Amino acid sequence: MISNQTIEQAAYEIMGRAAIDIPDDYLSGIKGMVNTEEGDLSAFVLGAMLENYEAATEDRRPMCADTGLPRYYIKVGNEAKFDGGFIGLERALRSATARATHDVPLRPNRVHPLWRTDHNNNCGLNSPEVEWSFEPDADWIDITTVHKGGLFGSDYRMLFPGDGIDGIKRFFLDTLIAFGKRGLACQPAIVGIGLGGSKDICMVLGKQAACLRTVGDKNPDPKVAELEAELKELGNSIGMGAMGFVGSSMVVDCHIECGFTHTGGMPISIHTFCLSSRRATARLHADGTIEHRTDPQWFTPYMRREGIEWSNDASSKKSA
Amino acid sequence: MVERRKLKKVSLNIPASAEDIAALELGSIVFLSGVVYTAREGVYKRVLEDREQIPANLTAVSNANFHCSPAAAPDGKGGYRIGGVTATASFRFSKWMADWLDLTGTKIVIGKGGMSADDYKTVLAPRGAVYLTTVGYGTGALLGRGVKGVRDVLWLDEMGIAQAMWQFEVENFGPFLVDSDLEGNSLFAEQGELVNQNIEKLYEGLKPPALHRYGETGDRKKEVI
Ligand code: SF4
Repeated sequence: MISNQTIEQAAYEIMGRAAIDIPDDYLSGIKGMVNTEEGDLSAFVLGAMLENYEAATEDRRPMCADTGLPRYYIKVGNEAKFDGGFIGLERALRSATARATHDVPLRPNRVHPLWRTDHNNNCGLNSPEVEWSFEPDADWIDITTVHKGGLFGSDYRMLFPGDGIDGIKRFFLDTLIAFGKRGLACQPAIVGIGLGGSKDICMVLGKQAACLRTVGDKNPDPKVAELEAELKELGNSIGMGAMGFVGSSMVVDCHIECGFTHTGGMPISIHTFCLSSRRATARLHADGTIEHRTDPQWFTPYMRREGIEWSNDASSKKSA
Repeated sequence: MVERRKLKKVSLNIPASAEDIAALELGSIVFLSGVVYTAREGVYKRVLEDREQIPANLTAVSNANFHCSPAAAPDGKGGYRIGGVTATASFRFSKWMADWLDLTGTKIVIGKGGMSADDYKTVLAPRGAVYLTTVGYGTGALLGRGVKGVRDVLWLDEMGIAQAMWQFEVENFGPFLVDSDLEGNSLFAEQGELVNQNIEKLYEGLKPPALHRYGETGDRKKEVI
């Protein structure tokens, strides 16, 4: 039985880790880019970012003072037992958010959209967001927090099947150019693309692709993986680097996540996970132990299933 | 490792003198020591629209306005613990800048992403002011290190941590990049022009989508700010 207190404590702990420690996969991505960046200003910016990550970890202070919107992704094993039920779990997540806001400290970013009311704890109406998923044959709970920054860099568009890959590329370029100028998107970014689904799920998938998949990860569908690589290269050939200065450091990696969609449409969304790509995960085991990592492992074969019944071999039978 | 030009590095004391400011070149790296104050829409509205007084000694203490909200929390001893410090996008404050510079004598504006080239030519440069941009923009931890203390904080209860007017004592506070000079030139605009030269080529051979949208600019050389 996983106690409610363990859940709260783990959710609290990862808030601090996410805010302070840059995940290794993103860090090595940036290090690789510094070596190849020819733009002097863009290269200077990347160098300063590397120093910043070190300072954050050394001083235990947030890497970026803009906390973004702290939120949770929860994956519950089908066999997991925890006390307090789902209501207790959601309460624990709010409590952890409020405590971490004060203790780290995080900036109290969450306000009412109209009245700008701020509870000074990053909690409020629909905040923090909690998204749920499930995992067969598991007795653990994975809690992931993401502090996604950026008022700039996301967009949605209804494309049509006839627009094809050209349409995807145009939309991709449009968004990166518009928000890359002056570095509004705080690039180089992990670019997530949601393709298909209904409109809302299209946005959700793109955001999860950006925030919950690590640099270097590939979509299991080889043709989608090819498109990911092609778009990454396209983004880095715009001629724009960090802060919109001349350069080639725009996309650290590109992840695409697909969902079955209306037969007449091809909705697409794009999201950029910024220079402060903040994510941290804790796995709560049935015996009460907690394991920390920075790869959320969100898109499991079960998450990407296509059929009705679930079995592990069924996952290899894909539509592509 | 590729060959790159080395950028020039400058240390400035705040309040900065007219000569120091005149000597700044686009693309130089700047570190600041002295007092830097924060002011953004909340403060601008309060002072310029609702006619509240600014602290009497502000002009003598600091002529550097940072567009920023710190991650700060009370330290339990009557002071504040400053975690990270990160700028916020400055273009949104354009409409207040002329009056604010006139009122406060501010000569250095610091923020995220610069302001329009037009603002530099018609508002900042004629008033002897320049714009420094933060780097990255997420160098919050490095900037946080440069903050040695809070000299004063105004309107904290009324406006909250994000909008209050903080006066930070800073040492080697940076890095910042010089975005504008006293001639009103803009580093971002110059770099943007260079990037624009490549853009048409990227779209060559890509057919436009079936459905167009209202309010869209067809000109990719235009900026969204
Ligand atoms: S987009 Fe990311 S790096 Fe940029 S200010 Fe926001 S949180 Fe910081």
